[in-house]
Amino acid sequence: MRLLIIEDDRESADYLVKAFREVGHVADLASDGEEGLSMADGGDYDVLVVDRMLPKRDGLSVIGALREKGNRTPVLILSALGQVDDRIKGLRAGGDDYLPKPYSFAELQARVEVLSRRNVGPAEETTYRVGDLELDRLSHRVVRGREELTLQPREFRLLEYLMKHAGQVVTRTMLLENVWDYHFDPQTNVIDVHISRLRSKIDKGFDRPLLHTIRGAGYMIRDGLR
Amino acid sequence: MTAFGKLIRTTAFRLTLVYLFLFALFAASLLGYFAWNTRRLINEQITATVNAETAEITDIYNRRGLRGLVFTLGNRALRPGANLYLVTTPTGTAIGGNVGSLAPGVMASIGWSETAYRRLDEQDTADHRALVRVTELTNGFRLLVGRDLEERRRLFGIVAHAAQWSLLVVIVLGIGGGIFVARRVLQRIDAMTGTTRRIMAGDLSGRLPVGRSGDELDRLAENLNVMLERIEALMMGLKEVSDNIAHDLKTPLTRLRNRAEEALASSGSEAEYRAALERTIEESDGLIRTFNALLMIARAESGQARGNMDDFDAADVAKGIHELYEPLAEDDGMTLRVKTAPTRLHGNRELISQALANLVENAIKYGKPSSVVQPLDPAAAARTREILIEARREGDRVLLSVTDHGPGIPEGDRKHAVERFVRLEASRTLPGSGLGLSLANAVATLHGGELRLGDSDPGLTATLVIPALSAAGDRLAAQTPDVPQKVA
Repeated sequence: MRLLIIEDDRESADYLVKAFREVGHVADLASDGEEGLSMADGGDYDVLVVDRMLPKRDGLSVIGALREKGNRTPVLILSALGQVDDRIKGLRAGGDDYLPKPYSFAELQARVEVLSRRNVGPAEETTYRVGDLELDRLSHRVVRGREELTLQPREFRLLEYLMKHAGQVVTRTMLLENVWDYHFDPQTNVIDVHISRLRSKIDKGFDRPLLHTIRGAGYMIRDGLR
Repeated sequence: MTAFGKLIRTTAFRLTLVYLFLFALFAASLLGYFAWNTRRLINEQITATVNAETAEITDIYNRRGLRGLVFTLGNRALRPGANLYLVTTPTGTAIGGNVGSLAPGVMASIGWSETAYRRLDEQDTADHRALVRVTELTNGFRLLVGRDLEERRRLFGIVAHAAQWSLLVVIVLGIGGGIFVARRVLQRIDAMTGTTRRIMAGDLSGRLPVGRSGDELDRLAENLNVMLERIEALMMGLKEVSDNIAHDLKTPLTRLRNRAEEALASSGSEAEYRAALERTIEESDGLIRTFNALLMIARAESGQARGNMDDFDAADVAKGIHELYEPLAEDDGMTLRVKTAPTRLHGNRELISQALANLVENAIKYGKPSSVVQPLDPAAAARTREILIEARREGDRVLLSVTDHGPGIPEGDRKHAVERFVRLEASRTLPGSGLGLSLANAVATLHGGELRLGDSDPGLTATLVIPALSAAGDRLAAQTPDVPQKVA
């Protein structure tokens, strides 16, 4: 995956470039808004990571200019302004995701990978499959092997989101945002409890677990043997 | 500025000067009117007397001739306080009367005139003035009848005297009174200024002196004192908050630093380093959460989050939070129930959800029944492990409440519990930032409502009270709510 990071703080920019390269992505760096705009416009990137406050041209205006030119590259906005209304402003300006500083790299990586998939992924399928687990989005049926599973509506949406991003790490915050549509940070492990309930329904009694906990990051659903 | 300079610059003194001028003008015009009227009255009287006497004397002359005339005049002149009489021949020689000398030309003109004169029998050389009438008798004789004006002059003297004195008295009393009043006001203002200076210098406990008269200055001082009270309370609150922030952020920072130091100093295995780093990240995540919560509270309290408000149903919020936390509560051995009635309100859905989530998290964390008072009856025991989320409407307010059956919060502590970083004794051992109720309170306040902590006997009922949305008018009101000041 090719990434462009537009960030003016040298240290965090270098850290991001290094960290993304370590997990196997190609990461370029632009250190101000103008440079970022011309690089993003010219280069063929899968995801842009844009800081909101940049010299020469602020992050939101870079995104605005790109979108005006018809550039649809997914953008993740990084910002020290973490409040709900700032997030909404960022998304309105054409951003696809918003991550407040300070963030954990695991969170950023998970979000960037989900965004890159969004860009190239197939059109919305009606059936998701992971190993012998099958989820039908139209009839709301979930089948593992030959057994039909009964899920609560929210469990269904949780599984749907996980399966949509099968093979990718999804973080607790991503789940809370996308499945529950809450953007606050619960002080408790409320998501873990939902996951463990879901896990007991889809993995219990099967020898190959599909729903995995990724330490320090979140969860991933995938065929265990891969 | 000298003390006197300060005095004459006071409003009271300036007002006194204006009044002084007005009163002087009034007194002068009163006296002037009086003098003018008196003069007119005296003149009329003199004219009447002189006319009557002239007619009488002319009659005598006509009847008894020159002789009779001179005789009568001689008689009349002898009366005490007599008028002035003079008869002259056509050549101008005086032949009778009591006038010694006259201003020249008086006898030449017929009619009224005012003149200086001297009586025949007078020794002193001072001239007197008189109002006289000259008439022509037959054969060219002329008769002068007049009256002395001394009376009028004396009267004017009295009036002028009175005017002088009264003016003096008015000025002295006015200026004196002005200085007295101005000094009194000045003293009080100076006392206030002194207090204000002390307060500005940092002594917030100072209060303005309030007199007993209840006048405008006292009312002003009272109001200023109330304002000072409020400022002091706010400052105290601010100080408390910054002290708490210092404490509650420094403690984890110290722990963080100690851990890093400890890991650095020990020559541990990679696994040990890893564990130390993981704990460090955990600790900093906790710090970030605390920061975020603080920022959120600050934004809610300053009203910045008033954008992003829309209409929604509080019942949906209650159901959503119930759905999110129900498994967590169950894992903790509690039952989370929800009871809702449709209640629409206008607000920031995200913030209200978070506030309610905080209340539910608190209930799960602290709302477990104290083991000592476990009822024996299993049904009752189950009831005490129940947490109820409720959304309902009461009058024009929406109530979003969370009720548990734990130990509750003693009445005296409830006000305190809402403050930032306050963690009551009972909860100190459990993890938490001490910001949950503060945020809930700030959110309620932002929406023009309040957070109520009540007793559910046993247990706590925490209620977000928020103005409801009933009609279009309500919506407008809700968009710009008068945020009641949080009572410190």
